[in-house]
Amino acid sequence: MTGSRPASALGRLALQPWLWAWLGALAVWLATIAFTRGQGAGEVLTAAFTFGTFFVIVAIGQMFVVTLGPGNVDLSIPATMTLAGTVAMKLMDGDNGMLAVGLLAALGCGLAVGVFNYGLIRLLAIPPIIATLSSSFLVQSTAIWTNRGLRIKPPSALADFATAKLGGLPALALCVIALAGVMHIVLTRTPYGRAVIAVGQNPRAARFAGVDVDRTRFVTYVQAALFAALCGFCLAGFSGGAALNMGEEYLLSSIAVVVIGGTSVAGGFANVPGLWGAALFLFLLVTMLNTFGLGAGIRLILTGLIIIAVIVIAGSSSRKREG
Amino acid sequence: MSALARLAPPRLLRALLPAVSLAAILAAIFWLQPRTASYFGLNLLLNLSIPIALATIAQMFILCVNDLDLSIGGYVSLTACITATWLNDTPALGVLALLLCVVAYAAMGALIHLRQLPSIVVTLGMSFVWLGLAVLLLPTPGGQAPDWLRALMTLKPPYVPFPIVAAVVFALVVHVGLMRSAYGVVLRGAGGNPRAVERAGWSLLHVKLTLYALAGLFGVLAGMALVGLTTSADANIALRYTLLSIAGVILGGGEFVGGRVSPIGAVMGAMTLTLAGSFLSFLRLNPDWQIGAQGAILILVLALRALINRAERRAP
Repeated sequence: MTGSRPASALGRLALQPWLWAWLGALAVWLATIAFTRGQGAGEVLTAAFTFGTFFVIVAIGQMFVVTLGPGNVDLSIPATMTLAGTVAMKLMDGDNGMLAVGLLAALGCGLAVGVFNYGLIRLLAIPPIIATLSSSFLVQSTAIWTNRGLRIKPPSALADFATAKLGGLPALALCVIALAGVMHIVLTRTPYGRAVIAVGQNPRAARFAGVDVDRTRFVTYVQAALFAALCGFCLAGFSGGAALNMGEEYLLSSIAVVVIGGTSVAGGFANVPGLWGAALFLFLLVTMLNTFGLGAGIRLILTGLIIIAVIVIAGSSSRKREG
Repeated sequence: MSALARLAPPRLLRALLPAVSLAAILAAIFWLQPRTASYFGLNLLLNLSIPIALATIAQMFILCVNDLDLSIGGYVSLTACITATWLNDTPALGVLALLLCVVAYAAMGALIHLRQLPSIVVTLGMSFVWLGLAVLLLPTPGGQAPDWLRALMTLKPPYVPFPIVAAVVFALVVHVGLMRSAYGVVLRGAGGNPRAVERAGWSLLHVKLTLYALAGLFGVLAGMALVGLTTSADANIALRYTLLSIAGVILGGGEFVGGRVSPIGAVMGAMTLTLAGSFLSFLRLNPDWQIGAQGAILILVLALRALINRAERRAP
């Protein structure tokens, strides 16, 4: 990206990797309200921000992991979400006074899973995909064992906060927009963020340049698990309790949001704004297909084809950048 | 470890690891419940490992060229749905649809190769497509297994239970094809050093087409075997096969890089994972820990392999 810079601001904008996700989200939203003749335009956006929030929380963590380079994917995100949500709900047992304890417990679960994941990667010298896959089996079992099929209601304060709206936008979404802003600065301006990108581009070169590769990877895996735990906590609060399958769709979606958002799967190249664009895009896409009256099957097929189309287009434009 | 390294070379130990793990878990089950050590018991224990083993072989073909297939679970679900509907009602249409599935898999490989795309993302997208097609075909669980398939899957050969016969046959056929044949060496070489293979005059496109088509074929077989056992299908029937198949290949000694895979190991890995699930019920432990047991065994075997590798590095 640091090669030849186009002079005009518009030219620079066209090269931004996150642009496509946002344009896609806008196009899909316009198509939806054109179909309904403007009815429910605001409600659709509110819903998109509500549900997009949860995707963005996990995708931030997944993005840092993916940026570490080929083979780095966290497959334990759904299990971590479920475990954190279940443990927190069980501990709080609907009591507002226990809110802080519940949040700490959820984050504690995340911390434990993250440390365990990295321990496996480091001690067994196995690819992160396999390490997080194996640990996700264990974590999922722990969640099943804790949950025992019960659905404990979240404390009313948490439920109110998770569903609250400020001027048409969900309060939680506003918090996560701020969170994304902070993580954008962490990625682009802090030594840690730079280290993640450097390791993703070339771990050997990063090591020679004085980057502590092991510590960078450790922090990244712990961070991804912490975000997954946070998401599980919020989602359980939002949906009236923790369910055992609550993380299921986040396995593939967290990867999809990262990729559509313009982060390179080969690593070493990431951006935060694209995560929000991609999360909104994916939700609005489903809404649009629903509005058109298409069934679940067609919806899934089109979602898949669009993910592939995005990667084909993104792939060819990144080659142009290199060449 | 060094004493062990002197007794047996690490290479041999590593090759034996999948077999030892399988034997260990079988022995543990026999010890807990001696009645399973019978024709009938083994049949019950290993029945469901046939489709998982076939899906694992499919995943192994993809891992052979350092790609990863996140769509095999959805694909097996789709082929299971086709088997339980079209293949049963209008066999000609069913066979055609299953052939098209294999062609689509090969096309997926060609797309990944020609545009140099990350396999994870393309197969991730395709997993939605397969699932969508399966939902279209069978919106609610149902369908019926063709009678001949049902008969085949419940076959009772003399002396040796059918799942073992099937596992041995599939493992040997793929072993001979991939590990012993001339083109098999090219296929694996493409994972080890693609440029060298290309310079030697082999088409990498052809290699990818072949491997993805083979994966598609074994995915079809997995779907058919699954329906033969369960007698009906459902769009979500095999979604967990994606992760199980990756785990199976790795458990069987496969690695992510360099075209290092082992068909026999992969089949044993799949069987070990299936047995890990049943192991707990024989321990009279909480079934909640069933998935956890699979994870624990995976970690245990990988830890042993890491120890062996460390011993190898220390040895002169």
